Amino acid sequence: MTFPGSLDDTDAARAVRYAGAEPVPLWHADRDLRGVDAVILPGGFSYGDYLRCGAIARFSPVMAELVPAARSGLPVLGICNGFQILCEAHLLPGALTRNAGLRFITRDVRLTVANTDTAWTSGYAPGQQLLIPLKSGEGAYAADPATLDELDRAGRVVVRYASSAPNGPAPNGSARGIAGVCNEAGNVVGLMPHPEHAIDPLTGPSGDGLGFFTSVLQAFAGAGLAGADK
Amino acid sequence: MARVIVDVMLKPEIHDPQGEAVLSASHRLGFGGVTGVRQGKRFELEIDGPADSAALAAIEELARELLANQVIEEFTVSAG
Repeated sequence: MTFPGSLDDTDAARAVRYAGAEPVPLWHADRDLRGVDAVILPGGFSYGDYLRCGAIARFSPVMAELVPAARSGLPVLGICNGFQILCEAHLLPGALTRNAGLRFITRDVRLTVANTDTAWTSGYAPGQQLLIPLKSGEGAYAADPATLDELDRAGRVVVRYASSAPNGPAPNGSARGIAGVCNEAGNVVGLMPHPEHAIDPLTGPSGDGLGFFTSVLQAFAGAGLAGADK
Repeated sequence: MARVIVDVMLKPEIHDPQGEAVLSASHRLGFGGVTGVRQGKRFELEIDGPADSAALAAIEELARELLANQVIEEFTVSAG
């Protein structure tokens, strides 16, 4: 899904192709999901981060189609600005705020996969460590304590920033070291780091991110994907 | 024609690194008496008709929907 100011849509499409699926471009102004099996909201600076990151993109015509589809079970992955848009659209709880220390962080970070039941992480092992680039200025996840407790209780934290201490400080000040969360059904996942930038060792710090894009293929029950391994 | 002001601030429990940066800069400029800074947003809206209670209620709804993210921000609406 491309919004004005989206940046990483091309790399997300590349990751979809690497995973053996067909990337389909979706346009913010079209009320049309074009029959896709899953949707990725990519990173970038939609609407220049005006008002708040993702605050304007969430009202795009295409989002009017996406929100009901997501609530009906369509797999949706929000990466970075995409995660911000999903939170603004209330498809995910919480909000992303300015990094502690104000620095825009561009750094490969170690993540721990905390939930392998989601549509996007089913191919990982519980507790698996990933090396994935973080590239954001407003990545500090925030939510009220009741929401944070519920996310912990329900296992809805999908990835955490790995550190020597459990729930240790995240590079951007994210509450409880949260790098990504999911909705109750597990079909909608948002994370701040960029798995599409870690799909092969030539162009990224690792190939650890490819699992997000291959996992979702297993969620396409009955879909005939030419060339994809089941 | 009337003007309505919406002030948006981060909720008190939300970390405000921008405010902290402004505070540090204030101290570097010698304003040691400033002990805290929180940074927010002010929206000035021009509306048709008077800023009566119906108009203010409509702007409050706009604030809840768009101008403020109620997860992390709170707002006040007043006739300007």
